[in-house]
Amino acid sequence: MQDFSTAFSLAFSLIFNADADLIEIIGLSLSVSFSALFFAVLVGFPLGTVTAVVRFPGRQVLAVILNALMGLPPVVVGLLVYLSISRAGPLGWLNLLYSPTAMIIAQSILITPIISALTRQIIEDLHKEYDEQLRSFCMPVLCVIIALIWDARYSLLTVVLAGFGRAIAEVGAVIVVGGNIDHLTRVMTTAIALETSKGDLTLALALGIILLVLALSINAAAYILRSNSYRSAYI
Amino acid sequence: MQRLIFCVVIRIDQLIFDIMIKPQPLSLVVQNLSYKVDEKLLLDNINVTVNSAGVSVVLGENGAGKSLFVRLLHGLLQSEEEAIKWNGQMLDLATRKRQALVFQKPVLLRRSVSANIEFVLKRSLFRKILFRSQSTDFIQQRDVALHEADLFDQRNQPARLLSGGEQQRLALARALATKPEVLILDEPTASLDASTTFQIETRLEQARDKGIKIFLVTHNVLQARRLADDVMFMHGGRLIEHSASSDFFNHPSSEQAKSYLEGR
Repeated sequence: MQDFSTAFSLAFSLIFNADADLIEIIGLSLSVSFSALFFAVLVGFPLGTVTAVVRFPGRQVLAVILNALMGLPPVVVGLLVYLSISRAGPLGWLNLLYSPTAMIIAQSILITPIISALTRQIIEDLHKEYDEQLRSFCMPVLCVIIALIWDARYSLLTVVLAGFGRAIAEVGAVIVVGGNIDHLTRVMTTAIALETSKGDLTLALALGIILLVLALSINAAAYILRSNSYRSAYI
Repeated sequence: MQRLIFCVVIRIDQLIFDIMIKPQPLSLVVQNLSYKVDEKLLLDNINVTVNSAGVSVVLGENGAGKSLFVRLLHGLLQSEEEAIKWNGQMLDLATRKRQALVFQKPVLLRRSVSANIEFVLKRSLFRKILFRSQSTDFIQQRDVALHEADLFDQRNQPARLLSGGEQQRLALARALATKPEVLILDEPTASLDASTTFQIETRLEQARDKGIKIFLVTHNVLQARRLADDVMFMHGGRLIEHSASSDFFNHPSSEQAKSYLEGR
């Protein structure tokens, strides 16, 4: 119990003194996760919306696959990315292994199905409501897609949050392709895993607290944004 | 300079629209129109010709097939080939763009009142890009639509927070903002009070006076008497009668129509 209280107090002192290692790890975690989220949204929003709106052969199969991929095991994704970018792999010439880029690729692959599948569900529901009216306006399908994404934007924010949550908390894939190298690929989750295994709880706890605060802050920001959505006439 | 360029481009856009889609006088010919769902015949061999302007009321009891009929006329549902011809042409995109449809339950976007009008003013991608500049033309068109619907003061409110009557007025204003030649309304006043119904009917009369052809679905005999120039009476998926309003209400030729008008 004594150890725990000491660890907590040391953790808080690390945070309040803005420990350089801590800041570096947090910075890398955020940049990797936000980058992965950016690419996942870039692919996931249009893919989910097209799957919801456009009728094409294999649409249902694609929807089932996207849903199934939501539960992709991170270590398997890590392994597949590792095999692709390791020296002997097809993308080995890019020299990406054990780099933040490799971590971004792995996280993007992990969260794109989440973004796509949840987007498809939200857009499909809205499309059912709008469908006849939009068809009566004879709108081009691109305009329909833009309109649906815009009108569902606050619901899609929840999707983005889900994706970010998965990315920032992920450890299996990034440790395989990133290698948890100090000052290069060490992120919050891999650092927590390492420090805990070493029995050094101070840094692990500090990082854990930061992770929790981050998750709370981001959710609070999203909540405020949703509350203010009335002003944007989103009801 | 930028505004001048936008004005010129808007005029060119309008010119292209006029040349490509500009109407001849309206004529609707429906021949042998039937519609089945899972082998169940919902519309049975409908034949009708409409050459007149004014308001054509599609009258009949619930389940007669009125809503289905107008959805087919507008192309929201696919009919058999060549069953519906507007001005001798198959129902294509250009013809559909000359029509607007208002539903019984208005479908409003999750946006403000004015954004709902803006949406249809910018309905092509080309216009969407063009109108980003908030040109004078665009603002004027939007504001005229809002004033005509008596919704200018509520323009910044969320459309979905309007009352039922206001929502339907907005839906009608939005439909009229597309400058349709044919306006199709599917029981637009079915759940509205007398005062709002009167407002909607007044707007429809104004639209008719501007030369817009109106197809109005209703099961309200009094409303049909007030507005109809001609009446299409439907029963059990069949078009039983099509005649001038005065003929229909004074001398209905079918037993079904007589019973309906007598409230039996």
